[in-house]
Amino acid sequence: MFYREAGDFSTTYAEDQQTFPIKFDRYRYYVVLFIAIVVVPFVINDYWANSLLLPFLIYAIAAIGLNILVGYCGQVSLGTGGFMAVGAYACYKFMTGVDIWWGGELLFRLPEFNIFFSVIMGGVMTALVGVLFGLPSLRIKGFYLAVATLAAQFFLVWLFNRVSWFYNYSASGQINAPERDLFGVLITGPSTEPWATYLFCLFFTIVCAVVARNLTRGASGRKWMAIRDMDIAAEIIGVNPLRAKLTAFAVSSFFVGISGALFFAVYLGAVEVGEAFGITKSFLVLFMIIIGGLGSIFGSFAGAAFLVLLPVVLKVVGVDWLGWPTDIVAHLQLVIVGGLIVMFLILEPHGLAQLWRVAKEKLRLWPFPH
Amino acid sequence: MKMKLATWATAAMMAASPVMADLVFPSMSYRTGPFAAGGIPFADGYADYFTLLNERDGGIGGVKVSVPECETAYNTEKGVECYESLKSQNPLVLQPLSTGITYQIIPKSIVDDIPVHTMGYGRTSAKNGGVFSHIFNYPANYWDGASGVVNYLLEINNGDISGKKIALVYHNSAYGKEPIRTLEALAEKHGFELVTLAVDHPGQEQKSQWLQIRRERPDYVTMWGWGIMNQVAIQEAANIRFPMENFIGVWWAGAQHDVLPAGEAADGYKAITFHAVGDDYPVFDDIQKYVVDAGKAAGAGDQVGTVLYNRGVYAAMLAAEAAKDAQAATGNAEITGGDMRDAMEKLTITEERMAALGMPNFGPEFSVSCENHGGNGLVGVAQWDASAQEWNLISDFKQSDQDVITPLIAEDSAAFAAENNIEPRC
Repeated sequence: MFYREAGDFSTTYAEDQQTFPIKFDRYRYYVVLFIAIVVVPFVINDYWANSLLLPFLIYAIAAIGLNILVGYCGQVSLGTGGFMAVGAYACYKFMTGVDIWWGGELLFRLPEFNIFFSVIMGGVMTALVGVLFGLPSLRIKGFYLAVATLAAQFFLVWLFNRVSWFYNYSASGQINAPERDLFGVLITGPSTEPWATYLFCLFFTIVCAVVARNLTRGASGRKWMAIRDMDIAAEIIGVNPLRAKLTAFAVSSFFVGISGALFFAVYLGAVEVGEAFGITKSFLVLFMIIIGGLGSIFGSFAGAAFLVLLPVVLKVVGVDWLGWPTDIVAHLQLVIVGGLIVMFLILEPHGLAQLWRVAKEKLRLWPFPH
Repeated sequence: MKMKLATWATAAMMAASPVMADLVFPSMSYRTGPFAAGGIPFADGYADYFTLLNERDGGIGGVKVSVPECETAYNTEKGVECYESLKSQNPLVLQPLSTGITYQIIPKSIVDDIPVHTMGYGRTSAKNGGVFSHIFNYPANYWDGASGVVNYLLEINNGDISGKKIALVYHNSAYGKEPIRTLEALAEKHGFELVTLAVDHPGQEQKSQWLQIRRERPDYVTMWGWGIMNQVAIQEAANIRFPMENFIGVWWAGAQHDVLPAGEAADGYKAITFHAVGDDYPVFDDIQKYVVDAGKAAGAGDQVGTVLYNRGVYAAMLAAEAAKDAQAATGNAEITGGDMRDAMEKLTITEERMAALGMPNFGPEFSVSCENHGGNGLVGVAQWDASAQEWNLISDFKQSDQDVITPLIAEDSAAFAAENNIEPRC
C-alpha cells in the first residue's frame, strides 16, 4: 500500500538513477530535510542542541567517513579518534592564525581563517594525514592494518600532547575555541545561539551525506567496493588498488576531520586531546557503523543516533523519571547498551540499516504478502 | 529509528523538568569510570552535608536544599550534557570536580551567570577574579600546591634545596600539566633540578616512568595524579623501594583509597592538603546522628571521615556559607546564581565561623575579593600512617610563594582576557 514503485514511471535516465527512485521514499526524505532545516531551528533550545543534536550530527559525519573506509572499501581503521584530533587541531590553528617558525624565529603568520574555512581546512589536513597513514594499507590487510591505524591513533594523540605548537603554547595543553562568527552570527564561543550552531553542523552533515552517497554510487564507490569484495579480482578487472585505497583513506579522513573540527570548535569549545580523542572515540565510531550497518549512509546516521541518544534517554528515564541513583543508572546504561549491541549483532548482523531495508521490503508487499 | 528516538527523548525532556522552589546545589559527580574511587567520597560528603542542613536546620535560611546529582564519569561530553540539563534548574553553584569539564564551562558560566567553584582544581589563573568573574578556586589552587610542596621540602632541608633533584609524575592532561610552569619557576629560584614524567590516562601503566625514576635517582618525587593512577604509582614506588617519606602527592593523590592497596609499603607517604583530615570534629557527630543513622546518607554511607569525604563536606560548607551571606545581603530567602556569585566574592571564612559550624580548624582562614578569587593559598602536609590507617597533619597550613605565583597568574589570566576580549573588572 505504502511505499511501492507501481505507477512511478521514470522517463529519463536521471530520474531512474536518482538516490531515492521511489516517490514515497523521496517525499519522506524531503519531509525529514524540511523538518531538520526549517522546523527544528525554531524549537531548539540549549539542552537539545548541546546534548543531543550537535553530537548526533557530528558523530554522523564521523560515522559516514569511517563507513567509506571500512564499510565500502573494506580497510579496517582504528585511527578515527586520532584523525578527529587532526581535524580539531588543524581547525584550531587555522582559526587562530597558523604561525610558521624556523630556527626559533617567526617566519610568518597566516591571517585568521573564517570558522567555515577553518573547518574545511581541518578536513583537508586530515585527508593529507589520512593518506599518509593509509600508505601501509597497500601492503597489509585486515587485522594487521587495524594495528597500523591503531599506531596512528596513539602517535597522533602523543604528538598533540607533546608538541606545544599545536596548542599555541598554552600552559594546560588545552585548546579553546575563541569566538568566531559567520555573517555576523556567532558559531563558536559561549554566547552562541543553539539554532546557529545546529544549522552550521547540519549544513556540513547534509553536504557530507550527499557527497558520500553520490561518491559511493559512482565510479569511485564501485572501485572501493570491488577492492573490498576481492582485491585481486578488482585489480584484474582494471581497478588500481593504490588509487582506490588512497582515495578511500583521503575521503574518509576528510569527513572524519570535518567532524573532529566541529566536535572541538562548535560542540565542546575546549578540548584536551587524550580525553576527547582517545582510543575510546575510535571504538565508539566503529561501533556506530557496525550497529548502524556497514556500507550504508543511512546506517551511519542510525548508528550515531543509537549511540548518542540512547545513553541520554536512559539517563532521563532512570534518573529524572524513576529517581534511581545516578551510579546505578550509569552502570545499567553500560549493561543495556552493551546488551543491545550483542542482540543486534546476533539478530541482525548487518545492522540497523538492514532492519530498515527489511521493513521497507515488508511495507512494499503490505497488506498482501505473497 | 532516528525519528522515533528523537520523539521519545522529547517526551522524556518535557516530563523531566520539575519545578524547583528549593535552593539547588547540583552535584556533578562521578561514581563510575576510572576516577570513581575519588568521585564517590566527594559526592557523598557534598550531599550529606546538605542533607544535614535540611534535617537539622531545615535547610538554609528556612529554604530546603536540593542536591540533584548528575553523573559525568569524568567525561567532558557527559559533563556538557549535565551542564545543560542542570542549567535549567537554576543552580546556585556548580562544582564539576574535573579540570577538563571546568575548562569547558568557564566561558559558558559567565554567559549564563552561574558561579563555579573549583576548589583546588580547574584553571589556576581563575584566581584573578577581575577576568574570571564567575570562577572561584578558593581556598587554594594547583600553583599554591606546587609551591607548598617546595616550601615543605625547604622546611625539612633547612631552607636549602639547591642541587636536589625533584621529579614530577603527572597525569598527562590539563590537570597534570598545571603545576609544571610554577615548578619550573621555583626550580630557577631555589636551584633544584626538575624532572617531569608524564603518565597517560588513566595511568594503569607506569612501569617505564618508575624505571626512569630508579635510573635518575631523584631526591624527591611529587605527583599530580588522580584515580587509579595514584594507587598504581604508590605501588610502583614501593616496588622500586623508593623511600615513601620522599614521595609527596598533590591533594588529589592523598586519600585512603590511594594508599590502602599498597598496604604496609605505603607507610610514610605524604600528600599536601588544604583542609583537615580525620573525623574528629563535632560536625561529623551531627552527620552520624541526623544523616547516617537516619538512613539518609548518600551512596553506601561508608565514607564518612575519609579525606575526600571531608573535602566534599568542606566544599558544601563553603557553598552553604556563601548562600547564607547571599540571603543576608539580599534579604531574600530564595536567591539566584547571580546573588550567590556576589556573595562568594565577599566570602570571609574565619576560625570563629568554622568553630560555630562544628568544624574548628577544619581549613585555613581566608577571604575572597574581586582581585582574589583564590583565597590565601595556605597549604599543609599530611602523612599516611599505615599501621593506624590514618592520615595525620604533619605540617600546618602555611603560605605559598606568592612572589612566584602572582606574576604567573597575571600572565595567564591576561592571555585568557585577550583571547576572549574581556575587560578586567578590577
